[in-house]
Amino acid sequence: MDFKTLVFYILSAIMVFAALRVITSRNPVHAALFLVLSFVTAGGIWLLLAAEFLAIVLVMVYVGAVMVLFLFVVMMLDINLDRLREGFWSYLPVGALIGILLVVEMALVLGGRYFGLEAMPEPPAVQAGYSNTRELGRLLYTDYVYPFELASLLLLVAMVVAVSLTLRKRKGLRQVNPSDQVAVKRGDRVELVSMPAEKE
Amino acid sequence: MEALLEPVSQFFGPAWPVVWTLAKIVAIIAPLMLGVAYLTLAERKVIGYMQVRIGPNRVGPKGLLQPIADGMKLLFKEIIVPSGASKGLFILGPILAIAPSLAAWSVVPFNEGMVLANVNAGLLLLLAITSMEVYGVIIAGWASNSKYPFLGSMRAAAQMVSYEVAMGFALICVLLISSSLNLSDIVHSQGQGRFHEMGLSFLSWNWLPLLPMFIVFLISGIAETNRAPFDVVEGESEVVAGHMVEYSGMAFALFFLAEYANMFLVSVMTAVLFMGGWLSPIGAIPDGFHWLALKTAFFLFVFLWVRATFPRFRYDHIMRLGWKVFIPITLVWVIVVAVWMMSPLSIWK
Repeated sequence: MDFKTLVFYILSAIMVFAALRVITSRNPVHAALFLVLSFVTAGGIWLLLAAEFLAIVLVMVYVGAVMVLFLFVVMMLDINLDRLREGFWSYLPVGALIGILLVVEMALVLGGRYFGLEAMPEPPAVQAGYSNTRELGRLLYTDYVYPFELASLLLLVAMVVAVSLTLRKRKGLRQVNPSDQVAVKRGDRVELVSMPAEKE
Repeated sequence: MEALLEPVSQFFGPAWPVVWTLAKIVAIIAPLMLGVAYLTLAERKVIGYMQVRIGPNRVGPKGLLQPIADGMKLLFKEIIVPSGASKGLFILGPILAIAPSLAAWSVVPFNEGMVLANVNAGLLLLLAITSMEVYGVIIAGWASNSKYPFLGSMRAAAQMVSYEVAMGFALICVLLISSSLNLSDIVHSQGQGRFHEMGLSFLSWNWLPLLPMFIVFLISGIAETNRAPFDVVEGESEVVAGHMVEYSGMAFALFFLAEYANMFLVSVMTAVLFMGGWLSPIGAIPDGFHWLALKTAFFLFVFLWVRATFPRFRYDHIMRLGWKVFIPITLVWVIVVAVWMMSPLSIWK
């Protein structure tokens, strides 16, 4: 077993443990933090596969932004765990079905050689100096430029909708306008008057 | 050097690469920690002089041993864990605060070929590591189970996520014009061009063509490190000390060290990305590590200067500056730079 395999097993063990704790821990904040841990270890596993761009972006986007906002919300909520556990038995059949489906899918992929998947050629070995980031960028902006632009348009629509859903004007709100405040001159606030000195 | 290391490497055998890397890490972290310790003294001295005071001058000659005394004091203090705290996370908070700010130094190039990990995606790696800095603050604030720390951590979450976006766009401009994510290559790309041939290298560095991005990056850097005037996270007059309220002794010191290590990191990054790293400003003078040190020291001084000059921003103004000013400016400038590069007027051919 070489060093790379050892690292893979360590990372996988941490990831499986963290993923289990996400669904078993009683405290939602702990669960969210375990999700962060499993993201980071997944990034590590992707690094082992020489997919450094995906690994770094996973950490940057999911750990650095999405999960921070997620934690922000989870910490602010007062979650009653007993209420959450109420429907456990009634949801169990559906959940179990989805779980079994996932296991079957993973088994199909992992046991691919029993289903004739070995006909697929193995990807060529990575050469020294190969940059995953450069390759991804080249493919995204040449061969796959239309799907890529479509996806970005979809995201833009989602963004605009999210903004317009939360944009509400309330009446009678006394709000300050920062640009007016910044643009204020001394003359608007202070008036210097010259008065003759008064005698008693 | 090679001949000197030969017997040592044979002594360690197959473990040699690990030992050698560890030695390099120590060679980076030890001076950094010393620098961080003396940055605290420099800050108190600089702000003291700016406010026409003398600053600390009692411990040792001219107060030079003050950081050592402070460190010893914090080291011998008890770490009190509040009874209502989430204990594991309470301890994890300060560790998560300082770990990313030290890990990020692995990709910083100090000189020609002097870098711990010369990775291709260095800039991305740096962004990823620094984006994890916020967890220390959030976890500490939540685990303390107290109101002020919690408010502080909520502020930190919102602030650091907002300014990261502007910082990212500024970095995109840098990587556009140097067409590389490798930090050493980014420095090399600044040492060429018309001004460089005229001997005025400092005019060919990235700060001039990317001046708006340079300023946005520096201001976002100050906001990312939660330094004044963006220090609402710890804002003494509002939330006492934010996420650090319940911490004492070395646990508090770790937050303190993390903040100053982050200042160092942002300064060195600004120097590498916009001010030509280790390159010398005039063609006639040789390049070298001392140039990077000088530039970093200048930006550290700017941090202290800004702190002594400006009052604290109001919270909604911080959010407005991040989302409504910086992000539109940077977005437009990314397009401007891209069009400029494609036009016949491009200076990066």
